[in-house]
Amino acid sequence: MSIAPVVDSTAVKSAPRTSNASSTTNKVLGYPLNAWYVAAWDYEVTRKPMSRRIADRPLALYRAEDGRAVALADACWHRLAPLSLGKTLAGDQIQCPYHGIIYNSAGRCVSMPAQETINPSATVPSFPVVERYRYVWVWLGDATKADPELIPDMRQMTDPAWAGDGLTIPVNCNFQLVLDNLMDLTHEEFVHGSSIGQEELSESDFVVTHEGNTVTVTRWMLDIDAPPFWRKNIQDKFPGYEGKVDRWQIIHFESPSTICIDVGVAKAGTGAPGGDRSQGVNGYVMNTISPETAKTCHYFWAFMRNYRLESQLITTQLRDRVSRVFKEDEDMLEAQQAAIDANPDYEFYNLNIDAGGMWVRRLIERQLAAEGRLVPFA
Amino acid sequence: MAATNIEVWQQATVVETAAVTEQIQRIVLRPDLPRRADPGSHIDVKLLNGAASLQDEVLKRSYSVVESADDGARLTISVFRAPSSRGGSLAMHALRVGDTLQITQPLQNFPLRIGAPRYLLLAGGIGITAIAAMARVLRELHADYTLVYAGRSRADMAYLNELQELHGDRLVAHINDEGTNLEVASVVGALAPDTELYMCGPIRLMDSVRRNWLERRLNPANLRFETFGNSGWYAPQEFTVRIPRLGIEATVGPDRSMLEALEDAGADMMFDCRKGECGLCEVRVLRLDGAIDHRDVFYSERQQKAAEKICCCVSRVASVGGEAGAAQGSGQGLPSIVIEVP
Ligand code: FES
Ligand code: FES
Ligand SMILES: [Fe+2]
Repeated sequence: MSIAPVVDSTAVKSAPRTSNASSTTNKVLGYPLNAWYVAAWDYEVTRKPMSRRIADRPLALYRAEDGRAVALADACWHRLAPLSLGKTLAGDQIQCPYHGIIYNSAGRCVSMPAQETINPSATVPSFPVVERYRYVWVWLGDATKADPELIPDMRQMTDPAWAGDGLTIPVNCNFQLVLDNLMDLTHEEFVHGSSIGQEELSESDFVVTHEGNTVTVTRWMLDIDAPPFWRKNIQDKFPGYEGKVDRWQIIHFESPSTICIDVGVAKAGTGAPGGDRSQGVNGYVMNTISPETAKTCHYFWAFMRNYRLESQLITTQLRDRVSRVFKEDEDMLEAQQAAIDANPDYEFYNLNIDAGGMWVRRLIERQLAAEGRLVPFA
Repeated sequence: MAATNIEVWQQATVVETAAVTEQIQRIVLRPDLPRRADPGSHIDVKLLNGAASLQDEVLKRSYSVVESADDGARLTISVFRAPSSRGGSLAMHALRVGDTLQITQPLQNFPLRIGAPRYLLLAGGIGITAIAAMARVLRELHADYTLVYAGRSRADMAYLNELQELHGDRLVAHINDEGTNLEVASVVGALAPDTELYMCGPIRLMDSVRRNWLERRLNPANLRFETFGNSGWYAPQEFTVRIPRLGIEATVGPDRSMLEALEDAGADMMFDCRKGECGLCEVRVLRLDGAIDHRDVFYSERQQKAAEKICCCVSRVASVGGEAGAAQGSGQGLPSIVIEVP
């Protein structure tokens, strides 16, 4: 198979690798473009345009008068002034802040103030947008393939049986490193020792499966002490519970960049591994990572739970506590990216614990190959 | 789309060439740096034209990508050999398998928006080359579209059979010599207001659609058109142009543009698109002997009627009464124009 030369704006300067140099050995991969990425939380996109770069495309995001979210390239057709500095007008229109050209939500120029006609080539790219699961998703690749059915399943975000909240972390690392991080949770013992880490994580066995565009990593730790984070959670539901727990982490990856982790603990021996979680507490860590540039990403996360739904106190506490945990990841990821950059001639080596992450890399690699864009970042 | 239209010149090899009508040649190119061409895109081609003048000159022409296969490794264009249009078509028709030429990667000024509630695609004559790929994509997406294709006779209409096969009832053909002429007013009159119309064809057709569109107060942003290769209201004729202040006088042959003739005569001309869109080549009309054949889309109808300014990259002067195809004008020599340039 030959690899098409990359000529688009995300092109990197290095020569394309041939297919026998598997990119699962690359430190980081490019990002598929025929995919939905979260551009923003629903509440961030308003009538006042905002700017955000996703997969190296600067976007101007705003809402039309009817509330519909719009994503246009953040560069006016005329002189590339950022439309995100412009203002929204009636209906679905936005006006360039520089010489006043007006576009509609399809990116078509509808008014060219200084002349009586409209230049027929005056358009800016407009990207398909879908709002779902509290996020605004954009599709930057071939618009004919932008099927909303391809949006990853994050239904706990809006399912009334779940409650919770989240935040965005701007991380100075390639999105692939965040995926690696979430697919192998043995790092919790070392990175998150004061909250969710415990040595049973590294000691326990895990099972990796993959199907279609998904990868699942399952790990059970039976009859262990609950780490501080989980002790508090189970006591929120069962006040005063001090006993042993069965703990689970079931990591669901959906290509190219969404990872929802089914996590929880139940009173030990009450049947959780067999499916009876009634004596436990269950959370879902919702993660979706949008590449920004080759070395930065937007990490959108939320922690959802299916117990004590009425408690805003617990929602806020969980968001803050998880936020502190993720800060530890952020620090590690940025240090890792810096070390990668500082040691360009050193390779990655892979361990057995990386199996989940390696399947993720393989799925992304296949998606990139299908797009003719299988090249590592320089 | 501004950001993606940086020209990357490269070599392409002719891998197939065949006549699809008496005047239209279908040419398949294999570019050295293939890139997928979205519907509505075109390539620019550089040609050496030895015929138009004594020295060879480089001509740059734009051709719509009729079909892009294998992620752009096979680009099909179709070239109409007009006795006079913007020259160069003869050189294109002379290409043989194995010949090479310089082309750009696919450029996009006429993007098809995915997701409109309904579409009308309107092609007149060779304009089908800009429209065919759009129809194919809309069909694949199960979009609500109609393809209207107008031409003089079946034999003149490239790809008619293939299109009929592919699009079935969604294709509506209007064929003059079969008496099924296109009635623009009724086509535009029957449109649902949220229809997006994409068109490419002769200027009479496009002007008439634009006029009907304005009259019906349809949303101007929903009317999309490709302009290069625009024909005029008159057949191109020879005329003279004079710039008194610079002491420049030139004769503009039927296969040259006024802009080219003035450049050759040493005038320092401003321009950008060279296809009648941007208005940068505007010159002021001081005197006119003949009629201006406005071929641009920069001026409004009001401005064109006023005839005070003209886009010299595409617009021409014709002898009065010299409708398309008519012979030379009034017998008082060539039509002429006296202009002032910035
Ligand atoms: S840069 Fe936007 S109108 Fe000029
Ligand atoms: S150069 Fe653009 S209109 Fe003539
Ligand atoms: Fe972590």
